Amino acid sequence: MLKSLIKLFLVYMKIGLFTFGGGYAMIALIEDEIVAKRGWITKEELADIVVIAESTPGPIAINCSTYVGYKIAGVIGSAVATTAVVIPSFAIIYLISLFIESFLAIELVAYAFYGINCAVGLIIVRTGIKMMKSFKKTPLSLTCFTVATVGFAVVNLFALNFSPIWFVLAGVIIGIASCFIPRLERKGGDRK
Amino acid sequence: MIILLELFLTCFKVGLFTIGGGAAIIPILQQEVVAKGWITMDEVLTYIAISESTPGPIAINMATFVGSSQAGFPGALCATLGMVMPSFIIILTIAKFFSKFSENRYIKTVLVSIRPFVVGMILSAGLYLMASAIGIKSAAAINPQLRGIVLTAILAAIMFAYKKIFKKPIPVITLIAISAVVGMMSSLVK
Repeated sequence: MLKSLIKLFLVYMKIGLFTFGGGYAMIALIEDEIVAKRGWITKEELADIVVIAESTPGPIAINCSTYVGYKIAGVIGSAVATTAVVIPSFAIIYLISLFIESFLAIELVAYAFYGINCAVGLIIVRTGIKMMKSFKKTPLSLTCFTVATVGFAVVNLFALNFSPIWFVLAGVIIGIASCFIPRLERKGGDRK
Repeated sequence: MIILLELFLTCFKVGLFTIGGGAAIIPILQQEVVAKGWITMDEVLTYIAISESTPGPIAINMATFVGSSQAGFPGALCATLGMVMPSFIIILTIAKFFSKFSENRYIKTVLVSIRPFVVGMILSAGLYLMASAIGIKSAAAINPQLRGIVLTAILAAIMFAYKKIFKKPIPVITLIAISAVVGMMSSLVK
């Protein structure tokens, strides 16, 4: 048992170390290392896990690791996997944070980051636009989308104290209401 | 000591309310962490940029950085732990007790309803970051930055050109590398 936990730990450290570019990259790595190479879970199980990981709070990468760890070795497994996957980025970022002041003080580096900061805004706008495909466009959903977009723009521009938590809660309330008020449900929603 | 608890709890809150991926953390990070004065929006931007080129989810990296900046190693540890805890607890609960979680019709409907909000927040966060880069930090602090405007325009042009030529969107790491170079080159001008 201990041996397999150690193996789990090491595999997840590797996954944590090589996940560049966010949660979805980690899923590809998990597919490779855990499904394809070792068969510890099946592709179908991974697909189910991804859906849950996307829909629950927290980074998808962590959610995935916790769940896969659980499937492989119960609660201990989930603790081992989650810890292992976090260690590499923790170490790297911590080290960077120690030197970041002196690093950024190098003029050329500051200029590089000026450029990078411009890129980041563009990238996230692009992500947002891509994600617009992820929900069906109904009057209700479009209203919610617009309210969130404009609402946040206003909050940011006027430095208001308005937490995104309210939006999440609004979504939950609308969702629950949709279950009981059929006309709010989308066409082709889950009426199975 | 108190700061460690504060870090843990704040990051726990951030972790709990970040749904739907990396960029969605920006609004809540702003409310909870930037508002506290722990880090500035510029630092958030810098660390997002670093996160794109290092392993690890943005959320975890942010927690580590914020924690480290406030209370060194123990701070980094507490903040990261706080960020991870909600995921861990919720997922374990679901795994143990709700095997039919993803098929539950109420859950599905709720998730579908949250989505437009999350997408709106992400888009808004991106637009705000763009505005910051060109010098609009708030309605009160509009300070057009020529360098920012030009760089943003150049990078946007590069993104479009890449898509036209290669028929697929430019990979994030590539754009970041190019933007770093362009930024450094701009140091030669004024």
